Amino acid sequence: MTSTPRAEHRPGIDWFLTGSVLAVVGVFIRAIFFTPVEARQGAAQKIFYVHAPSAFIGLYVGFGIVAIVGALYLWLRDERLDRVGAAAVEVALVFLTVVLLTGPLWGKPVWGTWWAWEARLTLTLFMWFVFVGYLILRGAIDDPEARARYSAVLGILGGLLVPFVHLSVYLFRTLHPMPIVLKPGRPSLPGDMLATFGMAMVAFTLLFFALLRARYRLAMAADALGTDDVAERTTMRTLRPEPVR
Amino acid sequence: MSSTAPQRAPLGMMAAAVLIARKDLAIEFRTRSAFAAALVFALVAIVIFYFAWDVTAVSATDLAPGVLWVIFTFSGLLGLHRSFAVEETDRALDALLASPIDRESIFLGKAFANLVFVLGVQAIAIPAVALFYNLPLTNVALPLAAIAVLAAIGLVAVGTLFSAMASNTRLAELLLPVLTLPFFVPVVLPAAQSTARLLAGRPVAEAMVWLRILIAFDIVFVVACALAFPFTLED
Repeated sequence: MTSTPRAEHRPGIDWFLTGSVLAVVGVFIRAIFFTPVEARQGAAQKIFYVHAPSAFIGLYVGFGIVAIVGALYLWLRDERLDRVGAAAVEVALVFLTVVLLTGPLWGKPVWGTWWAWEARLTLTLFMWFVFVGYLILRGAIDDPEARARYSAVLGILGGLLVPFVHLSVYLFRTLHPMPIVLKPGRPSLPGDMLATFGMAMVAFTLLFFALLRARYRLAMAADALGTDDVAERTTMRTLRPEPVR
Repeated sequence: MSSTAPQRAPLGMMAAAVLIARKDLAIEFRTRSAFAAALVFALVAIVIFYFAWDVTAVSATDLAPGVLWVIFTFSGLLGLHRSFAVEETDRALDALLASPIDRESIFLGKAFANLVFVLGVQAIAIPAVALFYNLPLTNVALPLAAIAVLAAIGLVAVGTLFSAMASNTRLAELLLPVLTLPFFVPVVLPAAQSTARLLAGRPVAEAMVWLRILIAFDIVFVVACALAFPFTLED
């Protein structure tokens, strides 16, 4: 509302987003057709190129951004920081949902069960709940200033929570494949697969920031139009042609 | 502020916190509504859980730790919600904020009252579980009490902060469990695991890994929540 009234109307193509989607498609093609099939897991292993980058970005980049932006908001009180945090939560939630869906898809053929209460998947589930709680909290506060403050506090605490949940679920006996890329010593992934994995990391990181940027712009555009909630405005237009009030 | 009341030296942070805690406990002691509700809930839940499992397949000793910590989590939520809900009536919170007291003191006072509440429920519920589930408590009473206190501190620190936040939203008490339960994972998990080790007759050293997580959580989150609390009260 109080932000700059330049309602940047740019109906053109978001090149950053387009480029990162193309990069992800390229990685898929490489992973499916040009990367060797793993000897024991077969085709199911290819889920790794989606699952692992999404998990890393959703958990560590996602929670990192939300916590840092939250702390900066409480310090600088800039509304834009709050919008970045909210956008990061929404996008990271999508990435974590992908992790939670691809994990069981891989688990069924390889472990023989959809869900095994495995440490890292369980960690992802708990942190997924924190992000969902964040969005429910935002939806339950009308005053934009209070909403930003509460979101910032929850974001910071969420960032602090990650290592604790990580530790406590990790102490359970774990079924998860041990780390093969980010571990002490050299990665034990064959060269072709490592290259595909590296490309997947880059492509998904680009996609994350492209979506973050797009979501942030949408929030700023909604602010400029005078509504905080895009969804609310859309439903009001579609469900009630003549707004009450 | 400039009233006719005689000038008094400003209260120290701890003294003010004790004052707030005493106020909350006096309200609770005179009405006894939340404590009675939490206690009855705990006892009913203990009984229901016993029948929800097949005790011929799962022994009561294996069942008890999980039951205990699920019950403490939910009965704790009853008290935590009240902590700031009582201040909503007549906007009593505004008077509290207008008083010459640090915001951190308000948090510590509220948290301390909540801690007494949760420990009170535990003091009755743990013997009740021991009685109903026929647990050998005498040997492990002391370490178990330590676990209970450490876990209660963690639950209360996070719960008090989120109670202040939730009471200011449209969803109020509905939001509290949604926000707090994911944060209770690193408390309830170690607490239940170490309780299970103790009840199985394992040495205390085996529970130490879990206790370290609990202690670290308490330190980090008591400090973080006390620092974050003032930001939830600006108006």
